[in-house]
Amino acid sequence: MAGRVIVVTSGKGGVGKTTTVANIGTGLALRQKKVAMIDADIGLRNLDVVMGLENRIIYDLVDVAEKTCRSVHKALIKDKRLSNLCLLPAAQTRNKDAISPEQMVTIIDELKEEFDYVLVDCPAGIERGFENAVAAATEAIVVTTPEVSAVRDADRIIGLLQDREIYEPVLVLNRLRPDMVRRGDMMDVDDINDILAIKLLGIVPDDEEIIISTNKGEPAVLNSQSKAGEAFRNIVRRLEGEEVPFLPVNGEPGLFGRFLKLLNGK
Amino acid sequence: MRLFRDEAPSKKQAVDRLRLILVHDRAKVSTGLLEQLREEIINAITKYVEIEEDEIEIELNTTETKAELVANIPVVRVRRAIE
Repeated sequence: MAGRVIVVTSGKGGVGKTTTVANIGTGLALRQKKVAMIDADIGLRNLDVVMGLENRIIYDLVDVAEKTCRSVHKALIKDKRLSNLCLLPAAQTRNKDAISPEQMVTIIDELKEEFDYVLVDCPAGIERGFENAVAAATEAIVVTTPEVSAVRDADRIIGLLQDREIYEPVLVLNRLRPDMVRRGDMMDVDDINDILAIKLLGIVPDDEEIIISTNKGEPAVLNSQSKAGEAFRNIVRRLEGEEVPFLPVNGEPGLFGRFLKLLNGK
Repeated sequence: MRLFRDEAPSKKQAVDRLRLILVHDRAKVSTGLLEQLREEIINAITKYVEIEEDEIEIELNTTETKAELVANIPVVRVRRAIE
């Protein structure tokens, strides 16, 4: 049976697409799935860095498309930690036009015969890079943060995905800050669900560990202490069809909040 | 901290602004949405009244606080019975 091809996209840049791909890919591999991650952000590749694999790149996506390397397998980089996890890196010195949607389909058609999951890290924007990343996908994960600009772009992307017959994209709400939600300065999950009206795959709290894990090149999903890592482990389980309750995101009130509650007799 | 700041929490503004933005974005982006709407309005209305189809104006207007669909439909005559 052919593997699932899932594009991770957002419209807006900097909301956490690459981090999401790295963590979901690693999380699926931890569950013994065979996973290939493709960095479709030609010219601005980063998935290699987030995975800590930047020193192992020999061939890239464009080399495969142009047949500079003999097969797609020559360009796949095995993860350091998990042998069933692979990365197909983007070219860094080319641009988005260096590859066509048809070439992406050919490459991914080959990969999905061998892998359980093919995850495509989509570049920001809605131009050629988006077309390439979406071309072979049959499912989509839309990443957004609880900000007006990110949600607006997510809405646009959901429309574009539907034009491409991906009718049921799922949502990852990234970088939620429970403290800000609690004091009414950040949109919460219900607000965003209400506006975007697509199925929620997961809520990832804002977590310093993400920056630390990127510093090290080790996805947070490997770190049992990380809140974001836990959220990504749950996301992976949901992708695999498990019913997993969402982590409480309103958080516990801080010391001062608890003091106020005491005063109010609650 | 709210104690030292008299502004209201900003979430409501975010939600309200976003709703308005998306009304506009979606209407613009989905080609033909307003066209289709126009067609269906004409179909519905002509059952009851005769109108000047060429003179119909349908616009989606947004202000700072709300979005409204404004339709200007010149009526020629009201029918006696529903056709």
